Amino acid sequence: MPTEKRVPKLTAAPGFRTLFIPLFRDPLALIGLILVALIVFSAVLAPHIVPYDPNKLNVHYRLQAPSGDHLLGTDQLGRDVFSRTIMGSRIALKVALISISIASALGLLLGLLAGYGPKWLDNLLIVFFDTVRSFPTVMFALAVVTLLGPSLETVILIVIVTSIPVYARMVRTQAQSMKNNEFILAERAMGAGTPRILWFHMLPNVVGPLLIIASMDIPVVVTIEAGLSFLGLGVRPPTPSWGTILNDGYSFIRNTPWLVIAGGAPLILTTLGFTFLGEALRDIFDPKLRKVM
Amino acid sequence: MWIYLLKRIGLAAIIVVIAVSMLFTMIHMVPGDPLSVLLGPRATPELKAALAERMGLDKPFAVQLVTFFLNVLRGDLGIDVFSERSVAIIVFEQLPFTMVLIIFAITWSVALGIPLGCYSAIHRNSFLDKLTGIFSVGTIAVPSFVVAIYSLLIFAVALKWLPAIGAGKEGNLLSQLEHLVLPALAVGLGWVGYIARLVRASMLEVLGENHIRTARAFGLPERSIIYSYALRLAILPTVALLGVGIGNMLSGAVFAEIVFARPGIGKLIYDAVITRNYPVVMGSVIVTTVLFVICTTIADLVAAALDPRIRENL
Amino acid sequence: MTDTQSNRVDVLNISDLSVSFHTERGMVRALRNISFTIPDRRIVGLVGESGCGKSTLINSILNLLAENAHIVSGVIDFEGQDILKMTPDQLRAVRGNRISVVFQDPMTSLNPVLSIERQMIDIQYRDHLNKSEKVARAGRMLNRVGIPDPENRLSNYLHQFSGGMRQRIAIAMALMANPALLIADEPTTALDATLEAQIIQRLRKLQSDLECSILFVSHHLGLVADFCDNVVVMYAGEMVESGTVRDIFHRPTHPYTRALLECDPARIKIKTRHLPMIPGSIPDLLHLPQRCIFINRCQESEKECRAGSPKLMEIAPGHFVSCHLCAGEGV
Repeated sequence: MPTEKRVPKLTAAPGFRTLFIPLFRDPLALIGLILVALIVFSAVLAPHIVPYDPNKLNVHYRLQAPSGDHLLGTDQLGRDVFSRTIMGSRIALKVALISISIASALGLLLGLLAGYGPKWLDNLLIVFFDTVRSFPTVMFALAVVTLLGPSLETVILIVIVTSIPVYARMVRTQAQSMKNNEFILAERAMGAGTPRILWFHMLPNVVGPLLIIASMDIPVVVTIEAGLSFLGLGVRPPTPSWGTILNDGYSFIRNTPWLVIAGGAPLILTTLGFTFLGEALRDIFDPKLRKVM
Repeated sequence: MWIYLLKRIGLAAIIVVIAVSMLFTMIHMVPGDPLSVLLGPRATPELKAALAERMGLDKPFAVQLVTFFLNVLRGDLGIDVFSERSVAIIVFEQLPFTMVLIIFAITWSVALGIPLGCYSAIHRNSFLDKLTGIFSVGTIAVPSFVVAIYSLLIFAVALKWLPAIGAGKEGNLLSQLEHLVLPALAVGLGWVGYIARLVRASMLEVLGENHIRTARAFGLPERSIIYSYALRLAILPTVALLGVGIGNMLSGAVFAEIVFARPGIGKLIYDAVITRNYPVVMGSVIVTTVLFVICTTIADLVAAALDPRIRENL
Repeated sequence: MTDTQSNRVDVLNISDLSVSFHTERGMVRALRNISFTIPDRRIVGLVGESGCGKSTLINSILNLLAENAHIVSGVIDFEGQDILKMTPDQLRAVRGNRISVVFQDPMTSLNPVLSIERQMIDIQYRDHLNKSEKVARAGRMLNRVGIPDPENRLSNYLHQFSGGMRQRIAIAMALMANPALLIADEPTTALDATLEAQIIQRLRKLQSDLECSILFVSHHLGLVADFCDNVVVMYAGEMVESGTVRDIFHRPTHPYTRALLECDPARIKIKTRHLPMIPGSIPDLLHLPQRCIFINRCQESEKECRAGSPKLMEIAPGHFVSCHLCAGEGV
């Protein structure tokens, strides 16, 4: 068994300096970085930093405006909105992490199969991808919720199913363009089998763009979860999700604007943050991806 | 051109067939008997029997699928459990409201997005260009239902400039327009940014191409070069994008209709989901999916009409 | 400038043209003190390596330079006016009308999504003819460049033509307005040898029929020797030698010209494994030293070559060289 030589990267992986310096120069990227850090910290440390138990009822103090005690006021059941907002970040990132990981893994697999495998398989998979993407996302989500009942798991399933075609298509394009790359042809001429080629050569070059696309998908996933929860079809109460906070706020919009602000603001900050950061990273690593996303 | 047309429509038809089959299969994959799934817990025995007969539940799956298809093609999307009216009629009654909303949203976002993108490309790195850039990224990121709720809060509840609820008085155009403003704003806002960015990028790319240099070398007026030559090419990705955009806007419209309590497919399907009115849910999904496929197909055909090179590719 | 003996007015007269570009890394001095003329009804060849400034020169003649370009000095005299000082309207009256260009790659330099007819009509926008007259004129021009069945092919698109035909279309478009000067920027570089010969033959005939001048940019020395009347040799943004074809090819004076000719593979008579080349590479145009530009690649340099840039001198009637070593041979 010959010792493995280092696989030459077909796309350049930027080092520390090429990554961080342009990142710090771009004001939008910096803002994104700060916001993302904020959200991630709040999600990770949530149980430790919430001033109150997010589910603790205190009906006497319902619908209060923000004050020293309650930074964002209280909701219709007297629960501290600020605490609920912080806990909400946990749900948002949890859904994003789980669904995007699974979807990218599956998308990677299917994409490699489609791009590198036989033509009939490619055609089959393409038709499958196009079909899933032909459903308007919310319609599809509502259909699945109708069949499976609303829950966090259902949301995750929906996100996975609708994300796979996008990732798979991207991986497929990369795999296709590399399939006929001279380096790969040389390897095959030397007798390298498909699994080896896929693992050592295709994979390293495909993973990079996939990671970028996946991270740019985070705001989309957070939005889907919040949207479904807003409709009451996602996370089940009393779990605090930004969507459910928004829903509460919407019901009581004429009583107090603060619930709506509290539910919407973190959503806006999260989506903006991840988008700014994601775009900056994409522009650094592989500006050609602009065409895909 | 005709060959491309046929091929593209053929592809669309295949996708529709598979999509509808997927929906049908999904119904059957759910645990429990399909009748209860389709009709929900409120189904009376009579309804169940009638449906069983129509669907031919004792027959093999493949036959059921074909029957389902034939029914759909005939326009039979089932019966609404509650009102016992045809689902197809119910859905098509509500569709126009949603279409109006989407058309308004697309119109204003294109009307604002294309000129912004064009200007940004021509006056690169100007103040307006940079501003448009930030605005674009910002609005693309923010979810449309958040925009909907916030604009409801600000313009309807707090400032009371615009109405909060409904579609306006029947027959009163002004009232209806008034009620369209905020929902169309919510649905279209993200798209202004998307379109502006796309047009800007396409324009810059096209303006850098050799044939534009040739056009200038032939002394063609700059206006002519930008609008007839560059923009015509740069618009292509936008046209294709709009096809997909309609599907996205459908999602946005669902939320807008719910937030602003407007009639339309969104409200219809939402109410149906809550009340477990499966036939209406399925019927709505089928109709909107077919609509979506039609829109993307038309968008691709328009793009092929504009760029002869695309026709060679399918 | 009038040559009273043969009653010819020079079509284009470039004097002391210097163009620089503002870049992030500094001022790139792309063209320095270029001076030559294109006489009436003559074909002038422009020869030089990639990066010698040919494109910048062409863009200067059309005044189509990029935004970061700075015209340091110079006059481009065309039909009594200085192109560099013309207003946009005046320029539009000249481009495509009095001066036309044929670019190197017709696949990218013509519009791929508009029909040929549309493109050929658009460039006639200045003329007061109705549409069918313009179409007819386009058809006649296509015929002249040898496109078979031109009336039917007008409605075709660029990708439906072969490479050679596309370039003919480009030539047809350029010559349709009967310009005084045609600039051909390596028009045959993208074509194979047979096509090249056909295109050149066509160009020759057209030039004599239309009585225009041509500025012919090319790498192909044999072609230049065959096709052109006068030659200008450029190196790294400067003009090093110019004269008639005879002057340049039979009495090459500047060391660069001589080296170029020696390196032309067509000249190799004896089989050899070693292809001659000019050692070194073109200098960095950002930091130009005050000495002869060719010095680090010149086999014959002497002490005085380090002293400063040589001046352009006429060593024989019409034969100009910019070299310190030719100082003593002035007219």
